[in-house]
Amino acid sequence: MRALMIVVLLLLPALAFAAEERYPFDDPAKRVLFVELTEELRCPKCQNQNIADSNAMVAEDLKRKVYQLVQEGQSKSEVVDYMKLRYGDFVYYQPPLNLITLSLWLLPLAFVLLAVVVLVKKRKRSKETNAHDLLAEAEEWLEKDK
Amino acid sequence: MKRIGLFLLPLALFLFVTLFLLQGLYSDPRERESSLLERQVPAFTLPDVMDETTQYNAQVFQGQVTLLNVWGTWCVTCAIELPFLTQLKEQGVRIVGLYYEQDLDPDFGGKSLPQIQQSIRDKLSQLGDPYEFNIFDVSRDYSIDLGVTGAPETFLIDREGRIRLHHVGDLNPRIWEQKFLPLYQELMGP
Repeated sequence: MRALMIVVLLLLPALAFAAEERYPFDDPAKRVLFVELTEELRCPKCQNQNIADSNAMVAEDLKRKVYQLVQEGQSKSEVVDYMKLRYGDFVYYQPPLNLITLSLWLLPLAFVLLAVVVLVKKRKRSKETNAHDLLAEAEEWLEKDK
Repeated sequence: MKRIGLFLLPLALFLFVTLFLLQGLYSDPRERESSLLERQVPAFTLPDVMDETTQYNAQVFQGQVTLLNVWGTWCVTCAIELPFLTQLKEQGVRIVGLYYEQDLDPDFGGKSLPQIQQSIRDKLSQLGDPYEFNIFDVSRDYSIDLGVTGAPETFLIDREGRIRLHHVGDLNPRIWEQKFLPLYQELMGP
């Protein structure tokens, strides 16, 4: 039993190798680009997965397409544009800056600014009250000395 | 004054968040504008699924208003919409099928072409045949060109061969009346 387990465990890396060979590359730079693209392109069917993760048919098709385009020597932006032309901005995980997505970019900035303003105001106020209190205390001491 | 502000601010925030989440309940995440709208149907040369010697290209969409319906015999929802599509065809709507198989292989996947053709004949004789003809998207490349995410999907194409509507999901009487009919009538003209 134990020997069998060991054999199975030893065979596991071979399985992983077989999976990788589905999209074989001669050029390691192209393989890197392929992996990068399949991780950054979004599956149009199962919407919270990238196409590397998803097993939906359309994701498989898009992987095959990305493989084909990368093998043809297309650059990253060319492949992304190819996909955007067909599946819209949605298909790429980095949304472009336009009127619709403007709030997506500006809201976090606005929050940071708001936080800074609130902090500065608060600090100022506490300083003011401190000074006021100290003055009152000093006044008291003076009063006592008399 | 300050008191009222302190009271109103959380209330406003609460209402804002509530409304934001509420509209999320009724929005369909699959619903988004197809990036191909108002553009010409992408070019293609593909065979008829029933007869390999017949080849089609984008010219088949010239001069007639057409519904292009993406389907397969393996797709359950496609089977459900077949009877309604057949009704539409009987009303005079031109429907062309874009057929694709799930298994992908140079030699038509696990299924041989005669097997595919037999399953299509069975399905259509059982549920109705709305199609003027069926284009066979052999390697599914044309589906990618059309931005298809699955089956069924339906495109409304005008006389000049431009895509005017792209619907993801089944085509039923409600969808037809609300989404397709006004534009279809406009395209057909008086």
